[in-house]
Amino acid sequence: MKLMWFHLMPYTELPDDFREKNPSVWVDIHSSLFDPRRAHHMYNDFMDELEFAADCGFDAICVNEHHSNGYGLMPSPNLVASSLARRTTDTALCILGNSLALYNPPTRVAEEMAMIDCISGGRLIAGFPVGSPMDTCYAYGQNPSMLRERYLEAHDLVLKAWTEKKTFAFNGRFNQQRYVNIWPRPIQRPHPPIWIPGGGSVETWQWCAEMDYVYCYLSYYGYKAGQATMTGFWNEMAKLGKDRNPYRAGFLQFVGVAETREQALELYAEPAEYFYGRCLHIDPRFAGPPGYATEETQRRGIKGMVSQAADASRDTARYETKFQTLAREMDAIVDKGYVIIGSPDEVVEQLTEVATNLNVGHLMMLLQFGNMSKDLAKYNTQLFAEKVMPRLQHVHSQWEDHWWPQPMEKQERAEPASFHPAAQAAAE
Amino acid sequence: MTEPKTTSVEVNGYSCRVWTAGSGPKLGFLAGFGGLPKWVPFLDALARERTVIVPSLPGFPGGERGHLALDSHLDWLLAVRQILEGAGLAGADLAGSSVGGSLAAEVAALWPAMVKRLALIAPFGLFDENDPATDPWAQRPPDVPALFCANPANWEMLKAEPEGLNSPEWPIEQVRASEAAARIFWPLGNTKLEKRLPLITAPTLLLWGGEDKVMPRSYAGKFAKGITGKTEIKVIPGAGHLAELDKPDEVAAAILGWTR
Repeated sequence: MKLMWFHLMPYTELPDDFREKNPSVWVDIHSSLFDPRRAHHMYNDFMDELEFAADCGFDAICVNEHHSNGYGLMPSPNLVASSLARRTTDTALCILGNSLALYNPPTRVAEEMAMIDCISGGRLIAGFPVGSPMDTCYAYGQNPSMLRERYLEAHDLVLKAWTEKKTFAFNGRFNQQRYVNIWPRPIQRPHPPIWIPGGGSVETWQWCAEMDYVYCYLSYYGYKAGQATMTGFWNEMAKLGKDRNPYRAGFLQFVGVAETREQALELYAEPAEYFYGRCLHIDPRFAGPPGYATEETQRRGIKGMVSQAADASRDTARYETKFQTLAREMDAIVDKGYVIIGSPDEVVEQLTEVATNLNVGHLMMLLQFGNMSKDLAKYNTQLFAEKVMPRLQHVHSQWEDHWWPQPMEKQERAEPASFHPAAQAAAE
Repeated sequence: MTEPKTTSVEVNGYSCRVWTAGSGPKLGFLAGFGGLPKWVPFLDALARERTVIVPSLPGFPGGERGHLALDSHLDWLLAVRQILEGAGLAGADLAGSSVGGSLAAEVAALWPAMVKRLALIAPFGLFDENDPATDPWAQRPPDVPALFCANPANWEMLKAEPEGLNSPEWPIEQVRASEAAARIFWPLGNTKLEKRLPLITAPTLLLWGGEDKVMPRSYAGKFAKGITGKTEIKVIPGAGHLAELDKPDEVAAAILGWTR
């Protein structure tokens, strides 16, 4: 199976009383809490951590897009991925992803991702989420009643921009361009693998099956809460006559590994409680813009992380209960499976179970979360790479991953010069 | 309560319900935010003197999923005009509340012959960053009733599922009403109507709930200033944004007086 290292890039210095004094970590989080000079260090630490994970041998490093968000400092994951393309060599670069309806024209996404594919020698995984209500409808002002239609049309345009050889005119419902002809073009043919992060909507599953895309369930609530969604996904695949190739799916899981379970509890309690206590403090008024959840999703009552929230407008009780019952203390966080912790043996055992029970071939792990320090993130990453990874890689080995990047041969790829400014060299 | 006659008008392949009640000269009404999932006492009060005709707009209760066919503001305005004509309201007096008020004003601006006298209750369509309208789509659910009505029970009564209906479609229809409003007015409620106000020559009554928590009172002055026809501003004490739900008799009396 594939073991992927995911960074959300959380702001790590939200105050202790953040939840009491602020209505939301997202959309209207106050600018006075953001210190750009501290963020300078955070960004550099985070990118060091991603590069470190690549060095440790993870199959991919993953970045994603959020706006006006105190736990996600990447309005443009493409900027980070572009830098990573120069500072890593073999690892896949997974952008999970660009919310297509936010780009005008959407060909911007086709261009930037083609650039990253070229710079990296064909290592890009292209993720296309619809995007959360907070990011798309509130922070970016998109109309929730047209968001999905715009998303689907933008997808068609990006796909055609990547694959059509001649300059073409795009005459869409929302986008019209007389001359579409992107330069550069992606290395991967016909295009980089497309992965779709989504909630638990049946329409998304059906669309992934139709297009042969990877479906990713990026929940912060771990494998226990994720079981129902992934079971729903595989039932739908069976109904559509698709095989159970686990590489059709991706799943996100927080993990903290240490020498012993006791030590892991001690090390990871603070960053986990920081994440669930402060980072997931989201004002319910931004959860459910009308039209965001499709009527079919409302009707079937199938809820993903986001669509659950989106139902708030018509079901107050359920929504508020969810946030009241969200575990914010370490014992409950572990008990509910939000974060998997333990010794290497215990983590191997639990993740084998996750990969098998949920039938996922792409496991995306958050080994840095909350306000975890760079030292601890590196410790967690290295211990995982040395003691856990080798014992998980064989899982699902009977299946082939048809959705993984196909880079240029190693010997054909450029070798970026190592970073060594002249001034620094002179000083040495 | 009057039992209205129900007919329909088709727009872009979707059906829009039309309620008709009472007798006398025709008076049209376009509903506010949330639409009209039920007949309300305000319409009874109008029907005492007039033939009141209440067409549903696409996506609002009674308007199916017709909003999905409307992508631009022009699409919406043409649909509203088609509905008014189909409902037999061409050239009649027209009243509209909130989101419906904004569309009534648009029709009066673009097609002056369509509207004789106009009455608007706290219409959408403008935005003043120095006195911003409230975001009706970013609300904690328990806060919604008191946002739209001075007496929250009036909103709750309008939106409560009829006893025994027990259908998943009812709550979906209420979300859809809010979505349809969003489709026209997201994110600020500003459709640049201000530019078209001078085209309105119909005499226009501007009604405002004294306790409107959505549309600032200052917007009444902007409408009055922009509209070319004669205008009058009247504040209804004790009423919220959907003044016709809080004070049905007072709002109806004001409209009937203006159009008599």
